[in-house]
Amino acid sequence: MKLMNDRTLLIIFAAFVLAAPLIFAPTGAAYPDLLQRFAIYGIFAIGFNILFGLTGYLSFGHAAFLGVGSYASVWMFKLLTMNIIPALILAVVMAGLFSLIIGYVSLRRSGIYFSILTLAFAQMSYNLAYSVLTPLTNGETGLQLRLDDPRYLDGASVEGTLPSTNLFGLEMKEVFWNPNILGYDLQFNYGYYVCAVLLIASFYIAMRIFRSPFGLMLRAVKTNQNRLRYTGINTRPYTLTAFVISGMFAGLAGGLLATMDPLAGAERMQWTVGGEVVLMVVLGGMGTLIGPILGAVFIKYFENIFSKINEGVLHSWFAIMPEWLDNTLVAIVSPFVGKGWHLTLGALFMIVVIFLPGGLVDGAKRIGGWITGANRRKAKAEAE
Amino acid sequence: MGILEVQNVNKHFGGLHALNNVNLDVEQGSVHALIGPNGAGKSTFLNCLIGKLKPDTGSVKFNGEPVLGKAPHEINQLGVSRVFQTPEIFGELSVFENVMIPCLAHRDGAFKINAFSMVMKDKEIRQKAEDILEDMGMKDKMNLHSGSLSRGDKRRLEMAMCLVQEPKLLLLDEPTAGMARADTNNTIDLLKHIGETRGITKVIIEHDMHVVFSLATTISVLAQGAIIAEGLPEDIKGHPKVREAYLGEAEV
Ligand SMILES: Nc1ncnc2c1ncn2[C@@H]1O[C@H](COP(=O)(O)OP(=O)(O)O)[C@@H](O)[C@H]1O
Ligand SMILES: [Mg+2]
Repeated sequence: MKLMNDRTLLIIFAAFVLAAPLIFAPTGAAYPDLLQRFAIYGIFAIGFNILFGLTGYLSFGHAAFLGVGSYASVWMFKLLTMNIIPALILAVVMAGLFSLIIGYVSLRRSGIYFSILTLAFAQMSYNLAYSVLTPLTNGETGLQLRLDDPRYLDGASVEGTLPSTNLFGLEMKEVFWNPNILGYDLQFNYGYYVCAVLLIASFYIAMRIFRSPFGLMLRAVKTNQNRLRYTGINTRPYTLTAFVISGMFAGLAGGLLATMDPLAGAERMQWTVGGEVVLMVVLGGMGTLIGPILGAVFIKYFENIFSKINEGVLHSWFAIMPEWLDNTLVAIVSPFVGKGWHLTLGALFMIVVIFLPGGLVDGAKRIGGWITGANRRKAKAEAE
Repeated sequence: MGILEVQNVNKHFGGLHALNNVNLDVEQGSVHALIGPNGAGKSTFLNCLIGKLKPDTGSVKFNGEPVLGKAPHEINQLGVSRVFQTPEIFGELSVFENVMIPCLAHRDGAFKINAFSMVMKDKEIRQKAEDILEDMGMKDKMNLHSGSLSRGDKRRLEMAMCLVQEPKLLLLDEPTAGMARADTNNTIDLLKHIGETRGITKVIIEHDMHVVFSLATTISVLAQGAIIAEGLPEDIKGHPKVREAYLGEAEV
């Protein structure tokens, strides 16, 4: 049974994304930098879900494509222009090419062997970026803008200052509206809206793929690849296409990270980054449309907000309590916040995997089920 | 010339000689039954036909074209479909989706990126899928999760998945095993009916002699990897070697 049709879902999703600076205000997360990260990692996770959620092929190597996207973008900023369009296009194209090669080799195996191959490739890419390919990646320091970069299309930059990324003159960082609504100081910047539009577009593309014959074949790969072969389907090009699509999404996300801050380092290619996107998709609900985005927001929220709660903040929360209680509570809670945010995330992850195998989306559905179930029972009771 | 010609096929599993110089000629339009005790090598034989296993020696020709060395999907696209001994379906998908996949494979070929059309709005595919489910008496179950079906229904679903491809050659590995009597009779009727209307050649492995003698036009008997007898049903019925091979296994 469908809860709502696709068009309604898309409209609600778009409205939510566009209103995010307002919606997230009460959570303390409504500053442009974090909202942009929500959207960017949302795109990363949406793409990853097309591979992992639909076909079941678990890649640990997608950080490599994120990194390739960032490097490609920064090179465009250095050589051509600070306009983000060429940078994003090159990011997607390069990530697509890389994923074609890595996917072609890795997809010769399935299951755990596939995962290990992708992990090995990611580690290799990291090492290449870190040392061997220093002329391209600037090694340990990372690739950065310099005053003497040619930027052939932009012409000479203003003396002594690095130019900033822009979309046809609209600077990414610029806050174009700064209203005060309900006591919250809101910031609307161009950068977030660029990411938001691309997030909505990504969501739409994923939705179309899910409903298409191509998407059906990908789901069939996950449930019984052998049956699919004996049904006349050549499964390899299907999985490879899914791999490349997910790689291109990762490249777009990497490119967008570079538009926020035009530098690219090897650490973006580390396998832990690729592991994080796996967590996002599993936590949110693999194979669902909205799950990966929920997971991305959840994890980035934890990383940025929970990690900033220190003992001082905790004491201010519990200030109304008697001092001994305040101290005890702080002692209990503090290992799970601040630097210990990973601990909370880990615990949450375990709870989700054990009790909600369908992720947060599954949880929301169950709660929805209880509420409608309870309403129905109530209506029935009243009718009797 | 037969639609399927198998010559001198041998297959070893370690020391086990699972197929011993097997020859088989299947006539266009016939129903060729392959019978024999458990472990005789019947399923192994089918595995060699569909590209699941590669025989050590021998040749397999379908419509005169050699198929050994071809990938499973290529053999299927030539027009060979198989119903497996243990049902092979897409257990996480709905019954309807299970049937739409072979429809798409039949119409669009082994690979096609149609990522922007909607499966559920494809009238031609929907119609074909609904029709075959109707024929199989499963239309009321089309929205069920196929993994939750009974064993008999899974089997019927798999048969629907094969039939909807309009194969030239249909291989059936014990299609009525695990079915109730009534369902078995329905399946016999169905297979007869398809034989008449669509002219599909069939190779059927079956233990139930009622099914075999209701359908088969030719019977081959396999024992310990070798064909020990072949002929018309009435010849096979009284064949002494067959009685010996079956010794108490089934009432021949
Ligand atoms: N993949 C395999 N590896 C090793 N031995 C196998 C394999 N497949 C079948 N066999 C063996 O080959 C023999 C024939 O099996 P099978 O073809 O399944 O028999 P049938 O279908 O006639 O009951 C059996 O002894 C079985 O154990
Ligand atoms: Mg068998």
